[in-house]
Amino acid sequence: MGKIEVRNLYKIFGNKRQKALEMLKNGYTKQEVLKKNNSTVGVDDASFEVEDGEIFVIMGLSGSGKSTLIRCVNRLIEPTAGSIKVDGQEVLGFDKKELREFREKEFGMVFQNFALLPHRTVLENAMFGLEIQKVEKQQRIKRSKEALNAVGLDGWEDQYPEQLSGGMQQRVGLARALAVDPEILLMDEPFSALDPLIKKEMQSKLLDLYEEMERTILFITHDLDEALKLGDRIAIMKEGKIIQIGDHEEILTEATNDYVENFVEDVNRSRVLTAKDIMTKAIALLYPQDGPRTALHKMKKNNLNSLFVVNKDKKYRGIVYIEDVVDVINNDELEFEDIIKNITKADPEDNLRKLFADIADLNVPLPVTDEDDKLLGIIVKTNVLANLASEGKFDQ
Amino acid sequence: MIKVNNVLQLISTKIPIGNWVEVLVNFLINNFSGPLEGFAGIIEWMVNNFEALLSYFHPLVFILIFAILAWRLKNYKLSIFVALGLGLVFNLQMWDPLLTTLASIITSVVVALIIGIPIGIIKAHSITVDLITRPILDFMQTIPPFVYLIPALMFFGLGTVSGVIATVVFAIAPPIRLTYLGIQQVDDELKEAGHAFGANWWEILMKIELPGAMPSIMMGINQCIMLSLSMVVIAAMIGAGGLGKPVLRSLNVVDIGLGFEAGLGVVIIAMVLDRMFGRE
Ligand SMILES: Nc1ncnc2c1ncn2[C@@H]1O[C@H](COP(=O)(O)OP(=O)(O)O)[C@@H](O)[C@H]1O
Ligand SMILES: [Mg+2]
Repeated sequence: MGKIEVRNLYKIFGNKRQKALEMLKNGYTKQEVLKKNNSTVGVDDASFEVEDGEIFVIMGLSGSGKSTLIRCVNRLIEPTAGSIKVDGQEVLGFDKKELREFREKEFGMVFQNFALLPHRTVLENAMFGLEIQKVEKQQRIKRSKEALNAVGLDGWEDQYPEQLSGGMQQRVGLARALAVDPEILLMDEPFSALDPLIKKEMQSKLLDLYEEMERTILFITHDLDEALKLGDRIAIMKEGKIIQIGDHEEILTEATNDYVENFVEDVNRSRVLTAKDIMTKAIALLYPQDGPRTALHKMKKNNLNSLFVVNKDKKYRGIVYIEDVVDVINNDELEFEDIIKNITKADPEDNLRKLFADIADLNVPLPVTDEDDKLLGIIVKTNVLANLASEGKFDQ
Repeated sequence: MIKVNNVLQLISTKIPIGNWVEVLVNFLINNFSGPLEGFAGIIEWMVNNFEALLSYFHPLVFILIFAILAWRLKNYKLSIFVALGLGLVFNLQMWDPLLTTLASIITSVVVALIIGIPIGIIKAHSITVDLITRPILDFMQTIPPFVYLIPALMFFGLGTVSGVIATVVFAIAPPIRLTYLGIQQVDDELKEAGHAFGANWWEILMKIELPGAMPSIMMGINQCIMLSLSMVVIAAMIGAGGLGKPVLRSLNVVDIGLGFEAGLGVVIIAMVLDRMFGRE
């Protein structure tokens, strides 16, 4: 049994909903229903299951019904027909009071435009859900502070939302949702309003939090990159219908129709494969205590003309070339420290095109380092080229 | 020809609107005298108590309090103006009418807000109420304030209570309108967030809508005060006490000196309240 089970869900906006429903069931399209019946189809016969503890992503272009669908799950929007079960309970069967209680304990929601209360401080915003749950004040403050801490907003408690950047505002939104300790996180394009760099950061943050806390997440996006990065499984929506559900591989390789194919087309493998996928372990490394003679020995033994230097904790220092090592050995005036050179580094998330650009005029491998500057691996030119070639679509 | 004559006769026969209204008013007075008197009693009680409260202080202490308030709310220049202006009213021996006027204004504003803000809230949530109140508000804001005097007089007779009620009717539109507007302007996503976390309608109202509408509501309160002020002299026509009374009397007996002094008192209190509670 899935955590969330949606069966044959319909949502139609307008006055002649039953008529429209009939038309949809008889195979009319969204446009036809709009033209003939003057009703807008929000969701058209959606069925899917979200497993406990997975990140389920719903992806589609703007207007495809994603927001409507996610709002049907906690009945912010009342579905026209169908069934929604959470933990086996029929959500559509709840009366108003039961529904409120259910929303309180089951869901945390994060919104595209943050939806923070402008007259409340960061802490007061994070407390909102707990306030509704009538949690006692001390406890409320404690739990919201923990949530703010989890999203990395220590020390910002007393600021007002407008004083914060977009990324930080959405952290508050996330903290508000986490503070109530929900079983399910509903996220409607939470990162779409953020600029690309902040967006990446927030995606990583979400994954970190996800690993720590084991929650079910229903995530909406219109961005395939984001869907692939976050989703355990992905559903693709078009004109209110779910037209494909699958994991990464299935979505990318078994595109079931033109629509999905078009979606996937510009996200071909050269954008999906990243540095961390194709990097290899360095055969040999130099450590600070190693002198020039050790370096020369390691190079000769491994048949290399350069070596990367790292600290004891694998922090990346630079690269040394064989001719410089020979120089140091022959010249007492030179220090080993002086010949450690800097070259371009790659981020584990860099895609093949970027790597290709970086490595094109490099005669040595490209080091891959994380944000702590730890050396994760190296990339050799042939590796990049091989992957690009196998893709076959790298013609731009 | 006969037909034309008939039509002409029909058109020229006066429609007895006056009679109808009279019947209606009599009906209301006969059947609702209890509630009407109760309402009048509450208003009278409020005016008297506000007046008693205001005259509790010696005029000079009162002036000092107002000056300090003006300094706190705005700046020291205003506090000097307030002190000089109110001092002048005191010197002209208009202090008692001034307090009566102030008490009437405060009562009118309080009553207008107590009734107006909830109506504004309901209007924002009910399309029916919105549709019903819209033409009424338009109507109320277009007709000249003198017109309010007539029904007030009919229901409540001559006196301060009638003056306050005419003032309330005249000044109630902005708090209704701006409360409604303020709540309408609250972002739907905010209300959605409230619902998503399980808030009920009361929590949505108190924690999301009203705080969000606050700037707009404050503007409504401000306009309500200003409109109440503008009714001071007009309300005196149906027997309201205060600064309006000597102004009217001087008009009747063509007493230029008295008229000017009382008029000055009205102008001063209007400027003081406007500068202190008005927006820049
Ligand atoms: N309240 C509403 N009234 C009428 N139509 C709506 C309403 N909300 C959404 N729609 C329509 O439903 C469709 C799906 O919208 P939405 O769920 O917001 O799409 P998405 O989130 O994927 O961009 C659109 O055609 C939209 O115009
Ligand atoms: Mg949307």
